[in-house]
Amino acid sequence: MRRTRFVQFAALAMVSTMSTAALADGQVNVYTYRQPELIKPVLDAFTAKTGIATEVLFLDKGLEERVASEGENSPADVIMTVDISRLTAAKEKGITQPLVDETVNANISPEYRDPDGDWFGLTKRARVIYASKDRVSQTEITYAELADPKWKGKICMRSGQHDYNLALFSAAIEHWGVEKTEEWMKGLKANLARKPNGGDRPQAGAIAAGECDIALGNTYYVGLMRNNEKDPKEKEWGNAINVLFPTFTETGGSHVNISGVALAKYAPNKDNAVKLIEFLSGHEAQQIYAEKNYEYPVEPGLEPSPTVKAFGELKADTLSLADIAKNRKAASEMVDRVGLDDGPNS
Amino acid sequence: MVRPLPFGTIGATEGRASRERMATSDLIDRRAPARHGTYPWLTGFVLTMAAIVLLPVLSLGLVALSGSSDIWPHLIENVLPRAALTTLALLVMVALGAAIIGVVTAWLVVVFDFPMRKTLSWALVLPLAVPPYLAAYGFAEFFHYSGPVQSLIRSAFGFQTIHDYWFPDIRSTGGAALVLTAVLYPYVYLTTRVIFLMQGRNIGDVARTLGARPGKVFLRVLLPVTRPAIIAGVALVLMETVNDIGASEYLGVRTLTFSVYSTWLNRGSLEGGAQVALIILALVIVLLFLEQQSRKRQRFHNNRGTQLHAHNPRIRLVGWRRWAAMAITTSPIMLGFGIPVFVFAQYASRRLDQFVTPELGKAFLTSLSTATATSLITVAIALVLINAVRMTRSSSMAMLVRIASLGYALPGGILGLGLFIALTRFDNTLDRFLRAEFDISTGLLVSGSAAAVVLGCTIRFLALAEGAVRSGMEKLPPHLEEAARNLGRTPVQSAFSIVLPLLHPAILTAMVLVFVDTVKELSATILLRPFGFNTLATFVYEQASRSAPQDGAAAALVIIATAMVPVIILSNALARDREASL
Repeated sequence: MRRTRFVQFAALAMVSTMSTAALADGQVNVYTYRQPELIKPVLDAFTAKTGIATEVLFLDKGLEERVASEGENSPADVIMTVDISRLTAAKEKGITQPLVDETVNANISPEYRDPDGDWFGLTKRARVIYASKDRVSQTEITYAELADPKWKGKICMRSGQHDYNLALFSAAIEHWGVEKTEEWMKGLKANLARKPNGGDRPQAGAIAAGECDIALGNTYYVGLMRNNEKDPKEKEWGNAINVLFPTFTETGGSHVNISGVALAKYAPNKDNAVKLIEFLSGHEAQQIYAEKNYEYPVEPGLEPSPTVKAFGELKADTLSLADIAKNRKAASEMVDRVGLDDGPNS
Repeated sequence: MVRPLPFGTIGATEGRASRERMATSDLIDRRAPARHGTYPWLTGFVLTMAAIVLLPVLSLGLVALSGSSDIWPHLIENVLPRAALTTLALLVMVALGAAIIGVVTAWLVVVFDFPMRKTLSWALVLPLAVPPYLAAYGFAEFFHYSGPVQSLIRSAFGFQTIHDYWFPDIRSTGGAALVLTAVLYPYVYLTTRVIFLMQGRNIGDVARTLGARPGKVFLRVLLPVTRPAIIAGVALVLMETVNDIGASEYLGVRTLTFSVYSTWLNRGSLEGGAQVALIILALVIVLLFLEQQSRKRQRFHNNRGTQLHAHNPRIRLVGWRRWAAMAITTSPIMLGFGIPVFVFAQYASRRLDQFVTPELGKAFLTSLSTATATSLITVAIALVLINAVRMTRSSSMAMLVRIASLGYALPGGILGLGLFIALTRFDNTLDRFLRAEFDISTGLLVSGSAAAVVLGCTIRFLALAEGAVRSGMEKLPPHLEEAARNLGRTPVQSAFSIVLPLLHPAILTAMVLVFVDTVKELSATILLRPFGFNTLATFVYEQASRSAPQDGAAAALVIIATAMVPVIILSNALARDREASL
């Protein structure tokens, strides 16, 4: 009895471990750091329009290394990711190829794509301040002000080693230089209400609970929280805060990061991959991104969703994304040196 | 009949085992000189296995050597001292917590009788079904300001805001230790309970007839007897703690493993990350070695006479003691199983539609088949390796086998990447060769298929199977096999006809542990899988988009349920075996 069951299991195991390599015609293979949930609506729309099927492989780390070690045999056609430094890293590792495509270049303005065409921004997100509706009355704020002792014990944030914070610190280094940024980070650390932890949403939760008054967070989380029909708690969190757009006084703009796409170097379905990138930069996909994910579309002139629009006007910092990406290592080391993640009391 | 430990001893000594065996089988050995010659095919197989299992470590070694050492000044100055302290604190707390909970609960359910004892004795294993990263999320929600505990405190005492009272922060080293202890203590519970069942009541009875009270019996007699089993369980707990990234990262605890990832991902140095990971691995090896040395002179006698004893009645607890015993054994289950299930059930109840999606069904089947394949292969390899050591009685072979199970101490993500790099190198070389010679393209033969996932999990969890099988083997009386050999059986024949059947409980233990850990495995699986391949764990992760694990609640519950079934079967089987023979 036991033995026959083992045999059945083994047979089942063999069948389901067969490779499902996806190289057939009429499809495109996507390697992504973005969760399938987020890109599914757009990819479904692409398939509906073109008849080209999409295969998605989601990874949480090591995507660049995986594609690089697969080499010429890599099934990856398109690489999708958030954070500018991931896009530039893909280019540096030599796993992308340049794409010069009129449609794409017309859809995306030059500051949000690589000059060589090795990567393209698809959506924008601003790193903003979540401020308690009850306890914070000011409507304007600067990044520099986060180090002001008036916020002592009042700031919450996620780990300083997270992509989103590292990109913000990289931008600060570009504006202020290493020394001044480090002083600022020490001030920020002294103002923390608690050890950095959790994602961006729980920071809003901490404000709702009264643990802190302001927090660093990305814009789209606020849209997701305020429109969360499944968890009343998150809706409460989203409604307990206002979004303030902090600025670098040097340029008067807020720090903006992108999610983006790149054409894989050995893309086996290159034609379809190009069609997908064209589609992603196009109006239909941009609208889905804006409405379902509460991100800012890169398409010039396209409005964000009403929820996001209600935050106020976003004025993006004019720093080049590539300049931000190159400071990442310095920013990461600075976070360790300052001990930002150790919290205020260390 | 003879029953082995449920599992064992990452740190137990081959040397000790074989000396013991030599000692007990001296007589037989002299009459019939042992025919343990050399087995070239067996040695070849073991070498091949060891090479495959060491692939990730070797490939990471190459990566580590290819990089410069320029990350070290920064790491030494700003990262490692604190990370090492944090890791040490975490390890000490989890080891103590798991040992105390595991031993005390095992002692209570074996030696005493109190209400619900039978149910509690298998339910105590349930937390093993909960992956640490899910437990961390469950705990964070449960003890959060807006969670049930603090809400209750506020309404009970009339507090208005968070500043009116103090509440410990679960997002801390202590909090992470609590979470990991709550889901990992069953390793200690399982190992020690079997020893208590084997020896506890008999030895305990002797001490009691001499006038010792139960508490004194526990401290002076039972604890020393179970020490090897406790250490074996704690060793597993510690390895899982060292390689954990999900729970500690979520709770904001920066361990050494965290610095592996931050070096790799945030400072763009995979080489540096590999260097740190290998140094952690070296530290683990040193610890295991020291632990092994410290026990060298210890003899652990397995009192086989106990099998002939009549069933000794449990001590019936009366009055407040029975309720105390019940409370003590119930609380770890509530912590490690109750809280995570409560939190996810609440979220899942608002997402009932998720239970009926075809993707969830498919992920369930994939998990089932992957875990089944992995546990069959892993246990088969472990059996061959252990038998090879037994047959050749070679200490270098024993060393090789121990080295082969190192994967367990590496963080899953970095192990997965090391393996993937090695596999693609193999695949691409083969592909180039076949293309050049025969014009056939095999593409990414292994690394592009689910075989990579099974291989990754096999390598990761070989230590579990190897430990379980080995401790089972150590408990086998050598004279049985000697008798078979004297009656003309070859070593291979006696391995199949005598040793394997007797090892049945150890094999079951090994299979269940590997199965359960494969179902829970996330970080290696997610990196090694091919297109369209989702296990329950990767499915939860995919659904829990943008740091909202509640969106994966349904699948999270299915993981727990899937891992729960074999865990209960195991717990019952081990207890039944003992009860029947006592």
